[in-house]
This record gives sequence, structure tokens and C-alpha cells, in this order.
Amino acid sequence: MVNMVEALNMALAGEMARDSNVVIMGEDVGVDGGVFRVSAGLYGMFGPERVMDMPLAESGIVGMAIGMSAFGLVPVAEIQFMGFLYPAFDQLISNASRIRARSRGRYGCPMVVRTPYGGGIKAIELHSESAEAAFCHIPGLKVVVPSSPYTAKGLLAAAIRDPDPVLFLEPTRLYRLIKEEVPEEPFTIPLGKARLLKEGRDATLISWGSMLQKTLKAAGAYDVDVIDLMTLSPYDEDAVLASVKKTGRAVIIQEAPRNCGFASEVAACIAEKAILSLRAPVTRVAGYDVVLPFPKLEDFYIPNQRRITDAIEEVLKY
Amino acid sequence: MPEYTAGTFEVKRLDILDSHGNSDRALMPSLGEPEIKDIYHRLVLARAFDQRVLALQREGRMGTYASILGQEASQVASAYAAGNNARVFPSYRETGALIALGYPLYMLFQYWSGDERGMRVPDGMNIFPVCISVGSHVPHAVGAAMAARIKKEKLPSVAYFGDGATSKGDFHEGANMAGAFNLPVVLICQNNQWAISLPRSRQSAAATLAQKAIAYGFEGIQVDGNDVFAVYTAVKRALDKARDGKGPSLIECFTYRLSDHTTADNASRYRSAEEVEHWKKLDPLARLGKFMEKEGMMPSGYAEEAARQATAAVDEGFRKYEEAGPPSPEDMFLNTFKTPAAGQMAQLRGFSGGK
Repeated sequence: MVNMVEALNMALAGEMARDSNVVIMGEDVGVDGGVFRVSAGLYGMFGPERVMDMPLAESGIVGMAIGMSAFGLVPVAEIQFMGFLYPAFDQLISNASRIRARSRGRYGCPMVVRTPYGGGIKAIELHSESAEAAFCHIPGLKVVVPSSPYTAKGLLAAAIRDPDPVLFLEPTRLYRLIKEEVPEEPFTIPLGKARLLKEGRDATLISWGSMLQKTLKAAGAYDVDVIDLMTLSPYDEDAVLASVKKTGRAVIIQEAPRNCGFASEVAACIAEKAILSLRAPVTRVAGYDVVLPFPKLEDFYIPNQRRITDAIEEVLKY
Repeated sequence: MPEYTAGTFEVKRLDILDSHGNSDRALMPSLGEPEIKDIYHRLVLARAFDQRVLALQREGRMGTYASILGQEASQVASAYAAGNNARVFPSYRETGALIALGYPLYMLFQYWSGDERGMRVPDGMNIFPVCISVGSHVPHAVGAAMAARIKKEKLPSVAYFGDGATSKGDFHEGANMAGAFNLPVVLICQNNQWAISLPRSRQSAAATLAQKAIAYGFEGIQVDGNDVFAVYTAVKRALDKARDGKGPSLIECFTYRLSDHTTADNASRYRSAEEVEHWKKLDPLARLGKFMEKEGMMPSGYAEEAARQATAAVDEGFRKYEEAGPPSPEDMFLNTFKTPAAGQMAQLRGFSGGK
């Protein structure tokens, strides 16, 4: 039984052993093993050339990863918190996601940017962001969000082996919260595919990453499908539509603010392609459209189990 | 506890060829007559291409274009030093460098006419596609240098950017990392004195842009950017140093943008005709021509013949560009990911071809 941090560490060690081009880079990832210890021990195993402690410059780190990935390496860059990824947003939207198109396929960027995201860890400002939708809006960038140790290991290995840039969002609150059986040997979970965690007839609950555990708990007694999207961009539209066409009701649960969140994209897709199957309005459970509060008000912001069950009740009685 | 000087620095400036075509023989690089003529022909070709795109743009046959007029020495001599033994990371005003590296002219016509196929760098050429976002490619060059070192390839990185880029964070982050990791990188700043309408004096309070390297622990040098020999010498030295594992360099080519920023700009709104006239007298091509005349490398009719050859090459490039025809609309769906996503394929299937 391992937690998500250990599962991620296993994935990194496995991929680095499999492919000598895989390198880790980031702030404090070397001797210190990363602020959450995801790369613990790897510096000792693979040395400073493959586990690189970087100067404190997120845009420079992601920018360098672009050049490294275009010329034969497979960098896995760690950004300490999602709120510190914003300075590198330009490198992702202006360059990493475009190099393949800009060069008409001559160059690609097989790189991964890992970062913890989401709240619930009682941290100071900019340590609890869930801005995934902003990155899902970038063509050419994949966005992957594991929700458990098992999916973290398989998805990270798949992200590292993917020929295109992947933003890999790790739910900070779940890092050490849950343990599960994870195979020792390397395995991958295909990107772009969702998983069905619970099957039912009355509604479809769609979630990912940090909200999945709460969604599962809320789903408890209800006869519902629960879908873990796992990859947000490009996401598994077919899995969502097949389920909603069966159940006729959809509740999408995200931690991020409601306005233009990823749930909005899923809701729009259901409205476009499954409206005749719907028996209730598509419903979103989301954070509020406010600046993420500090720890003392954080629990009032992040959707809780009660808000999810309220939404389920609402669509069921509609 | 005395107060003392914890650090001092100096910035060298290199001039070899003056505007009358006289050279400092002690500083001349070891270039033979065939090589000097080769550089001359590339300067002429770069200028001919530049002027043709400007003319075609005025006729509405090319898109917005950033002229290199006046900067040919900085671009051609630096690229000549790099050749194909370095990885080159250009910004949008590096047409002269690309031409000097042998980039197919028809592809440059494609690029500036709005056809992305023009930036599908031919296999075997160590060039990264043009980066529009100012200065953001400096870290790419630094990352490529890291890859070269790890993979034991003798391919230093050469990044080109302008004076404006030295104000951007990515220039500083990239330069800092190049220094911190002692990477084989040559940063070539084309200080053409103007970032659209902002003069060099307002871009930075620093006396030179070369000195910005000092803060990151490596050498910066300013060279006369209209002097092919000074540019070539500095870039050659920096590349040798990079290949010897002695780290990065910054070269500030002190030059001038004789044209507008782009064809969408009107530089007379913000700078004086006198200033432009002054810099016209420092023309890099005329200067090299005078040198060659003095050295007996320029028999009568030589310049005319070089111009004729360049015009023919540009004609041929334009003919090939026209022959290639427009890109396929489907192309845009196929190059975002290596394997298009299901949603992209669905959009492609539903694509009406714009009709």
C-alpha cells in the first residue's frame, strides 16, 4: 500500500530507469527531494545531471524544458505549487504547446510539467490554486489530473512517454491522504480516457483530481455513474456522453471557480450532444467566483460532500 | 569592518573594419579571399531578399514583414561563424542569418506570406523555428545547450534577439541559467537602437547591453554590428569557448534598423531623418565592398554580377514559392499533437473547407 507521493516517486524512478533521456528539473528537487518529497532518493540514484536543482525561475525552468525536449531529452519539470506556474504560463501557451505546429512537425516537446494543485492544506496564498481550465484552453497542451496513488503512477508514466507537452496536476490534499495497492512494475494508463468508478442508472457524476474522493463519498447510497475524467485535455467525451445518455442527468463537480471552469466545457458538450437524453438541467458544483480565501475561510469555499449531495437530490427530483 | 570594492567589471568593444573600408590588420580574423567573397555574396543576397519582400508587401503579395536593412553584417557574419555546427534560435528579425545559413528562400517567402510550411526547418539544418514572443526563446536555447551537453553533442546554442528583449524576464532567466550551469550558449543581441518606437536610451539605463552578462557570471562584449569582421571574430571566439566547455557569452552587435519596425510601422513618427542618414553612412554592405576594392578582391563589374546573381536567386525562390501553392486547410488539424486527439479528428471530419 502506497500513498500518491510514493506512487509518483515510483513512476519517476521507473521511467528514469527505462529511458536515460528522462531527467527531472525543478526547485529543491535534488538533494532535498522536492518540497513534497516526490523526487526523494532520485538524486542519489541518478545523480545531479538527471535530477537538476534549478535556480528560482519558473518561466526559465519551463522554457529550458522546451529546449531540452526539442533536442532529445524528456524533462519532467516540477513547479512547487500551481500558483507559481503562472509566470511560466507564457512559455506553455506561447511556446511549448506550439513548437510542433510552428515547425510543422519537425520539432516536438515531449515534456511534463508537474505541479501540486488544489486547496485543503491550510497554506498561505497561491498555494491552493485550481486553475486547470486556463490550461485546458491551450491547444497543443495536454492536462492530466490523477485522483489516487494508482492513477498517479500510471498516468505519470503515460505523460512521460507522450510525445507532446503534458501539464500534470497532483491534488495536494490527496498526496498522503489515501493509500492503495500499486504494482511495483511500470505500467501506463492511457491519456485521454476516463474511468468509471461506480455504475448506476439515475445520474452521472463527473469529477477529477481533488474532488473525486468527495464525489465518491457523496455518491454513496445513490444509484449513479461516477466518472473520473483523469485527462482533462483532451478529455473522454465519449465516456461522458455514453453515461449521460444512459442516466439522463449530469452533475459535474470541480474545485475551481464556476465561471469558465472545466465543468462548463463538459456541460456545454452534454447540452450540444445529449440534450434529448436529459431529464434534468446539467448541474455544476464548483468553487465560488471569488479570490480563493486564506485557510480560515477555505472550507467554506471548497465544495463539500453536502453541496454535492444537494446537487444530486436536485437533479433527481427535477 | 572596512567598506571595500566587492566587484568591478569592464566591457570590451571590438571594431575591426571602419566605414571607409579600412581594417585593423592585427585584429583581422583568419578569413581568406574566397570566404570574404562568400560573406559578401550572402550579404547581397540577404539585402536583395529583404528588399523584394518589402516590395511584394507593398503590392499586397506578402504579409507584415520585419526588415533587416542595415543589420546584414550582424546577421550574416554571425551565422557564417555558426554554420551548421551550432543550433540557431532566431527571432523574427533574423532573415539575414537564416539566408546566410542556407535556408531555402521559397520557404522564407512562404513564412512571410503566412504559410506555416515555411517554418518546417529542412532536415539537417540546426535551426529552431522563428520565435515571435520577444525573448522567450532564450531559455529554449539554454535548454538545448543542456541537452547537447548531456547527450555529448558538440552543438552550442546561438540565440538571436534584439535590444528590447534584454528587458524581458526570459532573457534574464535564461542568461542566469546559462551562467549557473556554465552551458555552451552564445547570446547575440542585435542592438538596432530601436524597439519599435522606444530608443535604446530608454530601454535600459545600462551603458552597454553587453554588460548584462556580467551579472550572470559570464563575458559580454560589444562589437560594431555593421562590421562583418568584428561580428565574425566575436561569434567565432564565443563558439570556440562554448565548445571548450568554458560557458556562455553575450555579444551585443551595435547596429541600426534602417527600415521601419515592420511594414505596419512608420518610423518617421518617432525618429529623425538625420539619425537615419547618419547610420546610412555606416552601411555594412558598402563598407565590406570598399574593403574588398582596397584589397583587390573586387574587379570591375564584380558588385553588379553579385547583385545580378542575388536577384536571380530571389526570382527563383519566388517562383518556387508560387509553384508550391497554398497550404491545405486540413494541415492545421494535423500538427497540434503528434497524433490528433479524437475531438480534433471529429472537427476535421466536420470541416467544410471554409465553404
